[in-house]
Parts: sequence; structure tokens; C-alpha cells
Amino acid sequence: MRRRDVLKLGLGLSLLGGAAQAADTAPAAMDEAKSTTCRPTGALGVVIERASGSVLLVDNLARAVISRVEGLGDLSHASAVFSPDERYVFIFGRDGGLTKLDMLTGQVVRRVVQAGNSIGGAISDDGTLVAVSNYKPGGVKVFSADDLALVADIPATWAGGRSKVVGLVDAPGRRFLFSLYDAGEIWLADFSQGNDPEIIRLGHAGEGPYDALINGSGRYYIAGLFGEDGLALVDLWREPLKIRRILQGYGRGEKKLPVYKMPHLEGWTEADGHFFLPAVGHHEVLVMDSRDFALKDRIPVAGQPVFVMSRPDGRYLWVNFAVPNNDTIQVIDVPARKVVRTMHPGKGVMHMEFAGRGAEVWMSVRDENRIDIFDTHKFRKIASLEAKAPSGIFFTPRAHRIGL
Amino acid sequence: MRTGRISGHPRKIRRWRSLGRVLLGGVLLGVAWASPSTMACAGDDCTKRVDTPKKELLRMVRQDCGSCHGLTLKGGLGKPLLPGNLAGRDARTIAQIILDGIPGTPMPPWRGILTKRDALWIARKLKEGLPDASP
Repeated sequence: MRRRDVLKLGLGLSLLGGAAQAADTAPAAMDEAKSTTCRPTGALGVVIERASGSVLLVDNLARAVISRVEGLGDLSHASAVFSPDERYVFIFGRDGGLTKLDMLTGQVVRRVVQAGNSIGGAISDDGTLVAVSNYKPGGVKVFSADDLALVADIPATWAGGRSKVVGLVDAPGRRFLFSLYDAGEIWLADFSQGNDPEIIRLGHAGEGPYDALINGSGRYYIAGLFGEDGLALVDLWREPLKIRRILQGYGRGEKKLPVYKMPHLEGWTEADGHFFLPAVGHHEVLVMDSRDFALKDRIPVAGQPVFVMSRPDGRYLWVNFAVPNNDTIQVIDVPARKVVRTMHPGKGVMHMEFAGRGAEVWMSVRDENRIDIFDTHKFRKIASLEAKAPSGIFFTPRAHRIGL
Repeated sequence: MRTGRISGHPRKIRRWRSLGRVLLGGVLLGVAWASPSTMACAGDDCTKRVDTPKKELLRMVRQDCGSCHGLTLKGGLGKPLLPGNLAGRDARTIAQIILDGIPGTPMPPWRGILTKRDALWIARKLKEGLPDASP
């Protein structure tokens, strides 16, 4: 049995070796890299310009734009992950485009249009696989991080056809977890034995999982459910893997408010022994005990929260909102569990990203074509950069974090 | 050589400053609440009465509807909204869906943000195809 496993692994490695060779046969990019001046990558990042199909390559220490890379297609709802060496960024477009960008040269290394409609992606912990979750046709496609050659195609097939896939994350051990929006299921794709994955259906999660996250330790996968008040949890340290319902009926009996933009779970925060997460249909940030998953508190906020993002030290949470409150940012004091600052940077605050250890935060103010940079200790704007309808902002420290 | 500022001393000044901030905040909040264009309505009975400028409506359709239906309206979590997809429905029905939402799905009622006329205008534009593909 063990020998067979070893053989399988050997096959996987040789396949990978093949992919690496294929990438080596593109010497132009290599030469270009050699000819550029030495640039450290720790403060680099990208800003998605959603309407114009471009990204800005930025330096958050210099608070400056380095260059604009164009021709990346429909970037509404685009997101990005980084190679472990912080040199390459993989950008997932709405139109199914997957682009590998070299941040040292500012050049597109490879680009494939792999589906008709996609929603995001993840990179495996070893940096060799890039997975994309697709709406149309519904499923997950997995590519070699080297040359974007297709490694695995996983159609999300259920009784109702092919399901849209959301909440795709990397889990430790060359695994990916994702949720099926239409089918209401959670699946795991295990590439630990090679590039022929084992697909494990974990079962029914609940009505309309719309996004999910994996926490920083890679232990808990939590999917938000749109169709009901509650969440689905998978504890990856407990075999056999099972889906457990948590926070069931947290807003039961209360009137639900309209949700003009779906919350995102990526920024979900674990701080001070609790998870902080956006409620759905309630203008609240929920506080959940990170050991027993009991609801501990509900913090009233200015609107439907979209991102609830922790400053890297966990002391404060920065929250943005759906329409019509998307001109507002609120800051929550974690130990006090209340809003301590309300700011109005401008119309269409889409996303926030903390620089380095959290001294500064960048936020995209979409409708004012601006990125604002705030001092997170003084809660004061310190700089602004021009950008065309900016949305997602992604900095390289993500390269070293599980689930980002 | 300079010595550092001794902290914790001018407490009184700080108190006045923060009072000022609270008052200013109150005034600003008052202004925001009074403005109809930023008014958010939570209840069903709360209907918006002031039309939104057309340019603003176009931007909203692209950007805000676009978060679910895609910036190019080819669909996402929500259905595609291109003319071909909407051919079977008349503008009034579409406007009604915009205003009331579709219960049991993530499509929310936009009644608190858009007037009937806004919704009908959007419905007609969607059926024609939006004039500007890149906002």
C-alpha cells in the first residue's frame, strides 16, 4: 500500500518536473528578469482597476504606483494570489481569465482564458498549483503555477446540473476546499498524492453558500449561507471530515434588511479569541467564540458590512459597507467590541489592505478614482494615489498566509 | 537636545477638543440624514421619491448591479442581463423585479434606493443594451 503511494507521488513529481521544463523553454522572460535592477518584493502589491481591465503594480513603502499593466479583460470582482517567492502574482478575472504577472518586470508571463465566468482562486501551500473557481461552466480548474498548463478539471456536478463554485481556498497539504452555491455542498480536492486529485464530497452545507474562508491556522473552513441564518463549519483537524452547522438562526424572528452587495468572508478576522464576521441582512458585525463557535456579541454598524478586516495585530477591525453606505468606513475596537471611528473617505469604498505589519491601510475609493492611504494608529489619511475605478488591493505578505 | 513631550498633562484641552468633534460629527450626520439621495430605507413602506440622475443610474447599473451580474452584465452569482436574456420580459415586469427583488434569492428590493421611474428607465436601458460598455 505504502509502496503504491510512493509510486503515485513519484508520478506526480515527474509530471511537475515536466511542467517546470516547459516553463524553462521560455527564455525571454528570464532574460528580461536578469536585466532589471534588483527590486525587493516585500512591499509590492497590485491594485485591480476593474473597469479598464488593468492592474496597478504598487509599492506600499514608497506609497507609489510603479506601473500599469493592461489587457487583462473583465476584472469586476477580480482577486489575486502570490507565488511563495513574492515574485509572481496570479490574477483571477470575472471573464475566466487567469493571468500570471511578473512583478519584477511588470510583464504578463502567461495568460489563459479558462472558463466563461469565474469568481476567484487560490494557490496551493507548496506554490505549485493555482486553482480557479468557476460559475460557468461550474466547477474548479487547477493549473500548474509554472506555465498555467491544465492539471485537473473538476466539474461541480450535482442533481441540478453544474453548480457555481464559490469560497475556494487552499488548505495545508496541497488541498483545496470549495463550496457549491447551487448544490449547497462543500467539496475537497486533495492533491497530496500527486496531480490526479482525490475529490471528497463532504455533504450538504446548507442553503446558498455564497463565500467561505479558511482561518489563519488552516484548521477551520467556514462557509456563509445566504439562504439561512447560519454557517457551515469543517474542522480539518478532525477526521473523518464532517460539516457542522454553527450560529444557527442568529437573527431569527428579526426583520432582514436588503443586502445590496454580498459580504465577503476573506477578511474574516480571528482576534482576541473570537471570530468577527459580517452578518447577512443585519447591520451588524457578529462576534463568535473561536473555540466553541457560540455567538458572543453583535456589534451594530452603519450598514450591511462587506469586509471586516483586522489590522494584522488584531487590535482594531476596519469595516466597509454595501450600497448605500459604501462611502463609509468604521473602525471597531476589538476588546471594547464597539465602533470607535466612523469615516467617509468617498463614494464606493470597495476594499482595504493593510501594509506590512499594519501601520498603514490602503483603501480603494472606486467612484472617485482614488486609493487612500490611512495611518491606522492615528486614523488619519496620509496620502492618495490616482487609480481608475480601483477595487481589490493585494500585497505580497499574503504569499505567506494560509487562505490568502 | 530636545526633550520629549510629557503626556497626560493637558487633559482639559483634550476634553474640549473631543466635545467639539462630537458636535461637528453630529452636524455632519444631520446633513447626511437630511439628504434624500443618500437616504437608506429599511422597511417595505419606505419608498424613495426623488429620481436619481441618469448618469448616476448608469454607473449604478454597471458597478453595483455589476457586483452580482458582472460589470459587462454577462452574469455572475446573478443572472445575465443582456438584451438577449431579457427579450422575453417587458420593461414593467423587469422594473417590478428591480423594485421588489426576488424573495428567496440574493436579489434585493431596490425600492429604498430607486424610484419607480428610475427602475423603469433601467429596465428599458437593459432591454436596449447599455449605451456605454466601458464606464
